[in-house]
Amino acid sequence: MNDTQMKDEYMLEIKNLHASVAGKEILRGINLTVNAGEVHAVMGPNGSGKSTLAQVLAGHPSYEITEGEVIYKGKNLLEMPPEERAKDGVFLAFQYPVEIPGVSNSYFLKAGLNEVRKYRGLETLDALQFLKLLKEKMKIVEMDPSFINRPVNEGFSGGEKKRNEILQMAVLEPTLAILDETDSGLDIDALRIVSEGVNTLKRPDNACIVVTHYQRLLNYIVPDFVHVLVNGRIVKSGGKELALELEANGYDQIKEAATV
Amino acid sequence: MNESVNDIVNSEYKYGFVTDIESDAVPRGLTEDTIRLISKKKNEPSFMLEWRLKAFHHWQTLKDEPTWQNFSYPPIDYQNIIYYSAPKKKPTLNSLDEVDKELLDTYEKLGISITEQKRMSGVAVDAIFDSVSVATTFSEQLSKLGIVFCSFSEAVQKHPELIKKYLGSVVPHTDNFFAALNAAVFSDGSFCFIPKGVKCPMELSTYFRINAAETGQFERTLIVAEEGATVSYLEGCTAPIRDTNQLHAAVVELIALDDAQIKYSTVQNWYAGDKEGRGGIYNFVTKRGKCAGKNSRISWTQVETGSAITWKYPSVVLLGDNSVGEFYSVAVVNNRQIADTGTKMLHIGKNTKSTIISKGISAGRGENTYRGLVKVSPGASNARSYTQCDSMLLGNRCSANTFPYIEVRNNSSSVEHEASTSKIGEDQLFYCKQRGIDTENAISMIVNGFAKEVFKNLPMEFAVEAQKLLGVSLEGSVG
Repeated sequence: MNDTQMKDEYMLEIKNLHASVAGKEILRGINLTVNAGEVHAVMGPNGSGKSTLAQVLAGHPSYEITEGEVIYKGKNLLEMPPEERAKDGVFLAFQYPVEIPGVSNSYFLKAGLNEVRKYRGLETLDALQFLKLLKEKMKIVEMDPSFINRPVNEGFSGGEKKRNEILQMAVLEPTLAILDETDSGLDIDALRIVSEGVNTLKRPDNACIVVTHYQRLLNYIVPDFVHVLVNGRIVKSGGKELALELEANGYDQIKEAATV
Repeated sequence: MNESVNDIVNSEYKYGFVTDIESDAVPRGLTEDTIRLISKKKNEPSFMLEWRLKAFHHWQTLKDEPTWQNFSYPPIDYQNIIYYSAPKKKPTLNSLDEVDKELLDTYEKLGISITEQKRMSGVAVDAIFDSVSVATTFSEQLSKLGIVFCSFSEAVQKHPELIKKYLGSVVPHTDNFFAALNAAVFSDGSFCFIPKGVKCPMELSTYFRINAAETGQFERTLIVAEEGATVSYLEGCTAPIRDTNQLHAAVVELIALDDAQIKYSTVQNWYAGDKEGRGGIYNFVTKRGKCAGKNSRISWTQVETGSAITWKYPSVVLLGDNSVGEFYSVAVVNNRQIADTGTKMLHIGKNTKSTIISKGISAGRGENTYRGLVKVSPGASNARSYTQCDSMLLGNRCSANTFPYIEVRNNSSSVEHEASTSKIGEDQLFYCKQRGIDTENAISMIVNGFAKEVFKNLPMEFAVEAQKLLGVSLEGSVG
């Protein structure tokens, strides 16, 4: 496939994606396309499969893909191991960031960044170069420098963990960022900081999928498209006004419509 | 993920080579004559022979090996072991130039430089090959400070009064089955003596190498720090790959007088056997320190990654008032390895303090047991003890056990024990991978983070080595 053809392609194309966990089908035929420069919001009631979609795109081993395909930058994403997806620019901001005791935030992130840089044919950074970069990026999410040497997510508050996720995103500069309920558990200040962080990182050549239950995050991160996920399928798509509609009417109407 | 994992599982133990060197060995088996022969070969004074024979006669009365441990092993035929094997070009070494080239090469290959010109910065080395010490570096410089650092054999010849005074004073030959056996047949080891008020200016280290087949290694290390003296001592070990088990039954004794400090670090990497558990070293070792004087401190740090079976409890007898005992341990088992290790802290003096940090990591079908005793005697007023004992499991077929024993006979003391077990989670691994870090590096990172509290107690060079070793030992353990 040559370059001109590549340009005509979507950054991400999800076709009829079915996935299950422990034999239970969660995703039942997702279709979604994302172009560079776009922000997509995926909304839906609890248990609709939003987080599953995020995890499946990142390659979590607990999920089994039973049908469908996902094309990312012209490649079969589902055949790539999770670390390769990450190196190729897929980033997941975790809903529940994982603690790694005894491993400092900077050590962890430097290891990740250097893997990503190697993959992209860039020179790896030494400790000093990395520290300089890290300190700059920490300003974006207003994080105290003391977090540099603290163990990854250990003893962090909920808000600190989410900010740390956005910091990692800022450092790794992904092509496709997936934010999985990044707003959950955030107070209004943290929500503002995290959202501003995400907005700062927005560029014409990257894209973002924002998974959220509530509309309020979308006041800060304004989406180009809103998709409503119910029972493992996208039942409605629209512009940013769709989010407001959901806020006013709740998910029940749509759920009813979906079951008909 | 599984393919890369399998590749790594099959990566070989890189110290498994055999040095082709002629050796002078005593006939297989153990009788009084064997002991007389060993003693004669070493040209020992009569007190040593008597000491050995006493131990041997005691050993003969011991019917069986201990049976309380949390594992079993096939019976050891003590008559089928060669108790003494030494490289033939027997050293009456005046300088390192006289060391057999084969031997120098062996140590070079192991990354241990015993030629002083190419020395490791600031580390004095005693190299033990099978049953004898083949080289000790920096002895001369150290002796200017009054420090004695030499092979045990040499110490017996040159400092018999010190040997007589301290040998067996911490681990008597009656202590246990293997201590009795060691006392009877031990062939060499290291001896360190730091006189009053002297702070040893460099790390002292002994490097143990088993080469000959069907040989047991029975070495003995004795370290004495007089009033106000301090010393940091390192111990490393490797052995060739062989498909039969070999016995390593060492004894280490440490003595700290008033205000003295001894720090003893071990990175144990004996051959662990293959994936199915064939071969490997039985590492049955007795290590104990005595804080004989007030305000003294003995600190054990161990990183146990090798051996088919590791069975040892580096302990501290806290005799002097205000003395401090510490035990920091990382024990890793993979494949079919077994470790039953921990410590004993015996509080006898007033205001004595002990700290125990144990990190057990189990992978493959490995079995890891922490066993520890904290004992506070009636006279040990205000004794304090803290134990933290964490286990990490990788995979579903390994196990971790904890047997803490606590005996307190003094009301003013405080004893704390904390324990945790965690599993290297799919989620932790996935999180690392999602940031671009592959399985192998992720495991190494997570496990090193887990063991960090222990590693920070190791001397710098050793800490780096230990971290790498941990990565290698666990390569391919999650799949």
